[in-house]
Amino acid sequence: MGSSRLLSQLQYHTQFRRPSASECDTFDPVAAIRAGLFERYDPGAFYCEMFGSAEHPADHAAPVRERLQRMKMAALHRRARATDRELFNLGITFTVYSDRNAIDRVLPFDVIPRVISGEEWQHIESGCIQRVTALNRFIHDIYHEQHILKDGIVPAELVVENANFRREMTGLDLPFGTYVNVCGIDLVRDGDGVFRVLEDNARTPSGVSYVVENRHLMLRAFPDLAENIGLRQVSDYGMRLRDGLADVAPSGVGEPRIVLLSPGVFNSAYFEHVFLAREMGVPLVEGRDLVVDDFVYMKTTGGLQRVDVIYRRIDDDFLDPAQFNPESVLGVKGLFSAYRRGRVSLANAVGTGVADDKALYAYMPRIVEYYLSEQPILPNVETHLCREPEGLAHTLAHLPELVVKPVGESGGYGVVVGPKASGEELAECRARIELNPSNYISQPVIDLSVCPTLTDHSLEPRHVDLRPYIITGRSSWVLPGGLTRVALRKGSLVVNSSQGGGTKDTWVLE
Amino acid sequence: MSSLLSRFAENSFWIARYMERVENLARIIDVNETFSRDVRGSSDWLPILRLHCDEERYFERHRTADAAGVARFYLIDRQNPNSVASAVRAARENARSIRHLISLETWVQLNVFYNWVDSLSGRSLNVTQLSRLCAQIKEGCQLHSGIVTGTLYRDQVFSFYRLGTFIELCDQVTRIVDIKYHALLPHWHDIGTPIDIAQWNALLRSTSAYHGYRRVYPQEMTPATVAAFILFDRYFPRSIPHCVHNIELTLNELLSREELRQVKFSTDELGRLKELAGRDPKGVIASGLHEFLDEVQLALLAFGKQVSDTFFMPQALDMRQSQSMGGAA
Repeated sequence: MGSSRLLSQLQYHTQFRRPSASECDTFDPVAAIRAGLFERYDPGAFYCEMFGSAEHPADHAAPVRERLQRMKMAALHRRARATDRELFNLGITFTVYSDRNAIDRVLPFDVIPRVISGEEWQHIESGCIQRVTALNRFIHDIYHEQHILKDGIVPAELVVENANFRREMTGLDLPFGTYVNVCGIDLVRDGDGVFRVLEDNARTPSGVSYVVENRHLMLRAFPDLAENIGLRQVSDYGMRLRDGLADVAPSGVGEPRIVLLSPGVFNSAYFEHVFLAREMGVPLVEGRDLVVDDFVYMKTTGGLQRVDVIYRRIDDDFLDPAQFNPESVLGVKGLFSAYRRGRVSLANAVGTGVADDKALYAYMPRIVEYYLSEQPILPNVETHLCREPEGLAHTLAHLPELVVKPVGESGGYGVVVGPKASGEELAECRARIELNPSNYISQPVIDLSVCPTLTDHSLEPRHVDLRPYIITGRSSWVLPGGLTRVALRKGSLVVNSSQGGGTKDTWVLE
Repeated sequence: MSSLLSRFAENSFWIARYMERVENLARIIDVNETFSRDVRGSSDWLPILRLHCDEERYFERHRTADAAGVARFYLIDRQNPNSVASAVRAARENARSIRHLISLETWVQLNVFYNWVDSLSGRSLNVTQLSRLCAQIKEGCQLHSGIVTGTLYRDQVFSFYRLGTFIELCDQVTRIVDIKYHALLPHWHDIGTPIDIAQWNALLRSTSAYHGYRRVYPQEMTPATVAAFILFDRYFPRSIPHCVHNIELTLNELLSREELRQVKFSTDELGRLKELAGRDPKGVIASGLHEFLDEVQLALLAFGKQVSDTFFMPQALDMRQSQSMGGAA
């Protein structure tokens, strides 16, 4: 349900392997250049975002690195405390509700930026655009002729029996065939420094507000660090989003009126809804502010006004009690039928959730190839589908080394991490897989890259991932930045904000 | 074309009302605390409870209406919906809803203020600190209204904020005078004594009316002149005529907006308020101040309801017709 959306999206479903001692001893990529604050910094055998590896040194990060290592630890801490205070005062918080209280928490922010070179970014950018293009083609296809199912590339039952497949969407044509207007693609970087896709978020990815706000914070707290390094800006996200949404307005609407539909102040991502509404200069509405009477209207002080495009941050299920979950009080009665009649545009489209499925994820390389006749630019994490005999055999044979995930779940539910599981848990897992193989996939444990992170006494390596955001209207645009999530606890396996996860500013260079 | 969602108009209206309420509470606690420090010894805290119709709620959990209990009840008790803590929270929640419409400074100050109020504990209420604490709360509210005045974009959001401000201001001034007038009036034998003068003094100070009053009445200090000044002096910013005048200005400004051209708003309730604001102070005091203040409060209630019905809950399917014919889409 919507209220836990941000938290669940910040959850990490991947686990990490500590390199063995011998691996660490063989090579120390940082030794040659470490100095000052980095003197004791040791990323081990992981790929380090600040230093790189022996094969791929991160030369692009040198200016930032050198400025950082000249700083005093006390000064760094002072600036970090100032950013914390600012986050709290600005109310850049998510709300955790217990039985009695609502507690505002700041998503912890680490002041050491993660730096990405222009070249690396170009690769990520083209890979993300390719993936979103394929996703849109795929979703259009499954709600129209279903060529990909008929051609046997993707098993039909994976799609049509998926809980997020919306039969009601069949035959509906959308402007430019764009279903996924906003996409967040979660990337991880393995031990070889290769970016891989961990999962696609084609429904309502959150977190972009932190990308922009983190940047504002950093530029205020560390203007000296960012100076003259060719840092690409992220502050025009709102304008880009607005343009992308205007692109898909119903035909014939000259200046479309756009609104952002939020579940309301009690949603944990409400701060982000406020942020985006302000950045786009559009009303932030709730279901109760809208009425449908052929067209969709919002209730204003001057009467009812037509709405043309709705950027909705509410799940399909809650969108329209007349069409989907009848219990929903967040949605708008009759909204879906207005949508079907082309009276209003919804972003993202209804029924994109089918692409978030973990089993379907495994088919993404084939989906890219099928529609675009190209190899995927960003590889998947190696995935074994237990529904396929080879995948099942491999999974069962290597269970203690693999991560097993149920396909239907999200938020890390039911995930079994082989290397960390007890014999009993493994036996149980094996039994479940054998009972219903199609419900499971398995993946190897990934060596996530690390980035220097400020701790009480020093800079230490902590694991990070990356979520770039892609806006698609007439065409696609990738925000040059992205949400870097970091596992702040030493040796922590999880970036989940409720378990010691935080964020970093992501610096994409020209 | 800048239309405003009804709900946001309501949010803005209530931010103003809650913040005025908070400021007024701080003033009332402060003035009562000042009373308790004079020769009469501990003063009566019951009138404050009566003022807010809170006796029942209060005595559910307290045995006596003393300074410590009442101050706690009105400053930090989150179970009391009329407390500073509750009202600031409500103001901040309303601001959270329209955070994309208000200036960053408005939001940040309110958020910081909220966090501060939220952090107050029983220890902050130490009697020796109480006056200072009330002053801090008052300053927080004044800082808020200063930032709003200085930074808010002058669209409907601002107009509804102003409507809320003056309706609440007017309501509160009638309450504070009502309760003080009654609390002080029975002690006729005290009239002209140092205690009496001190109390009228305190009332003037609690409404920030003292310096203005002294300019108009350099010699006198009687219940009648004080009440007349606070309620009827049109240059005193909390007086009924001043508030009603600003309500009228704001309303006219709103209704003249292009995007509200469909709105029908009868002037009956406003007319009633104007009539009350124009009364002769002497006559009012002679014929019963309490009854008059009740009338003002009822008139404000009726006007507030009209604002709410008209702008916050548009039933206007018929308005849509004319809107779309007007090519608003």
